[in-house]
Amino acid sequence: MKAVEVHHLFKSYAGKTAVKDLSFSVNPGEILGLIGPNGAGKSSTIKIILDFMKPDSGDVKIFGHQMNEGCKNQIGYLPEERGLYKKLTAIDLIVYLATLKGMDKVSAEKKANVLLEQTGMLENRKTKNKNMSKGMGQIIQFIVTIIHDPKLIILDEPFSGLDPLNTEIIKNIIGKLRDEGKAIILSTHQMNKVEELCDRVLMINKGQAVLYGDLKETRARFSKNSVQVNVVEEFGDLPGVIDKKFNKDSIELVLAPDTTPQIILDQIRDRGLTINRFEITTPSLNEIFLNIAGGNHE
Amino acid sequence: MNKTYLIFKHEFLHTIKRISWIIMTLIVPVLALLGIGIIALVTTLSEPGEKEIKAIGYVDEVGIFNDQTSNGFTKLIPFDSKEDANQALIRMDVSEYIIIPADYTSSGAIHRYTLEEELITSPITVAIIKNFLTGNLLKDKVSPDMVTLIVSPLNVEVTQVTETGDKTLEQNNIANLIIPGIFSLLLGIALMFGATSLISGLGEEKESRLIEVLFSSVSVRQLLISKVLALGAAGLLQVLVWLISAPLLLYLASSTFGGFMSNIQIPGSFLLLGIVYFVLGYLLFAVLSIGVGAISSNATEGGQLSMFYTLASFIPLWFSSLFIAFPNSSIWVVLTIFPITAPVQTMLRLGASDIPLWQIMSSIGVLVLSIMGGLYLSIKIFRMNMLMHGKRPGFIEIFHSLKNA
Repeated sequence: MKAVEVHHLFKSYAGKTAVKDLSFSVNPGEILGLIGPNGAGKSSTIKIILDFMKPDSGDVKIFGHQMNEGCKNQIGYLPEERGLYKKLTAIDLIVYLATLKGMDKVSAEKKANVLLEQTGMLENRKTKNKNMSKGMGQIIQFIVTIIHDPKLIILDEPFSGLDPLNTEIIKNIIGKLRDEGKAIILSTHQMNKVEELCDRVLMINKGQAVLYGDLKETRARFSKNSVQVNVVEEFGDLPGVIDKKFNKDSIELVLAPDTTPQIILDQIRDRGLTINRFEITTPSLNEIFLNIAGGNHE
Repeated sequence: MNKTYLIFKHEFLHTIKRISWIIMTLIVPVLALLGIGIIALVTTLSEPGEKEIKAIGYVDEVGIFNDQTSNGFTKLIPFDSKEDANQALIRMDVSEYIIIPADYTSSGAIHRYTLEEELITSPITVAIIKNFLTGNLLKDKVSPDMVTLIVSPLNVEVTQVTETGDKTLEQNNIANLIIPGIFSLLLGIALMFGATSLISGLGEEKESRLIEVLFSSVSVRQLLISKVLALGAAGLLQVLVWLISAPLLLYLASSTFGGFMSNIQIPGSFLLLGIVYFVLGYLLFAVLSIGVGAISSNATEGGQLSMFYTLASFIPLWFSSLFIAFPNSSIWVVLTIFPITAPVQTMLRLGASDIPLWQIMSSIGVLVLSIMGGLYLSIKIFRMNMLMHGKRPGFIEIFHSLKNA
């Protein structure tokens, strides 16, 4: 059963379209990257999934059902802008919000201590939230999001404001959650994180899906017929190469349509040249994003 | 565990741990005790000791004031001249002296001399001198009892009777307005604090987006009903603390001040209705505050908008002097039934007179309906505007919220 199924979603505010005929799904055990420029409709989509607002038309199913109170205990949500009750301690906040997700107090406290230890925050369990740094507060909110072992996790910019160490910790936990079979929607601006973590990607622009599919297939689909080479000696002209682009530490060879990278590699080796690097060029997600969004990305 | 109960518990504990709530709850008995203590101290220091007799000198230029010179607490000492009296004052033989001039019987004027800096002559001193003068003026003309009566000729005792002529159980007394008056004022202030507290909490949750985390766990209805009930429970606890401390304070006050304070009666209905109106008032203001919290762009703006109804709740107190003069005007009936003014106005009226049952029932009925209707509308408005912060919806958007939510 799919964790989330979104069918032909439409939503507009004051005559302005926010979401237009959007359909997608998320499976258990996968991370779907949700990307798009400012005002693309990502937040509106998340809020409709969470039933914070109703769509004009279309429907959303969570584990095969319309959103209901029972579903809420199976969802973990980390909003983009994050805040905490300032006067509560970290442990009190985590336990309170965990009990609202159906956990009993004892289990919530036990699990909170485990997660605090995993994230290196155990010594801050009794620290009041008002005395925490922004990064520490974000870790606490991340713990709140996953403490109740949700089947569906929606993360809106989970890495924003985190230092590299905490980013790595959170990234590893997200990967582990996916391996445990959780369905994860990851909305982020950080394309490298999408490339590192996501199995599939949904790019939204002006409320519509402009790209949706497996990440590897998508990158292959957008790949150019070219290779990056770094050879010690000069190699002159090669048959089948129609253009050369000189980069800082490599040369990009743009190949003719009927020329494969293997033909070029064989030619270089036949000339007895020393090869430091030979790599088939695949576009980064950022390049694909810029290409589709026309440079208007967040 | 029930999520509504969990939020209720969290909100209740959060409210009663707030400094403003603690101060508001404790300040009433503490200030009252302090007031009683200060008055007792001032009275003790001002009054002469049990065996200390106050000496007042006088110079009688008329020649008829030589009797009634002692009343047990005060002794009036005659002097032949102003100079002698002045010397006695400087030596502190007398605390003050008066000159009764030769033309006193035609002018009625006397002159008083004292070393103390005074804004007005103390009423006790005035009474002592008045009794002395009156007693001497009448000494050979009427009996001593008549003199006493002339000095204090009026002591009105009012008895309220029922339509059948029986004495009513509770007697009207201006002093009876003191407790309801103070209670009304405190209720108004407590409602203002409660409304501000709720709006500030909602503002914090909206601004920090914590509200989204909460709504990913519970429904709008669960969250808001829990908040309203928690604020009502905090109000109930507050009034219970006050009511428990009231008999002790009243006992202390009457033993300290005596007199009219001893005559204060707290009507039985006042205690019960006090609790009912306090809780209903809190619930109504909580509901209104949720509506305001939903349409406010931030906590500060919410606080400003809430002033409309918090200030309106004080209307009965603004016109309390008119109320004392004309307690039976129909305007008080309107204010008793109008939900925003009902709690304060009813408390005030309970101290002054009986309120017909139909008015109390109407008032409570309108309050309950207002709370239920207000909660329904507030939830609708909140549902549509909960994700907004930094922008206040216009009237058209609010109307659409009510129509579409």
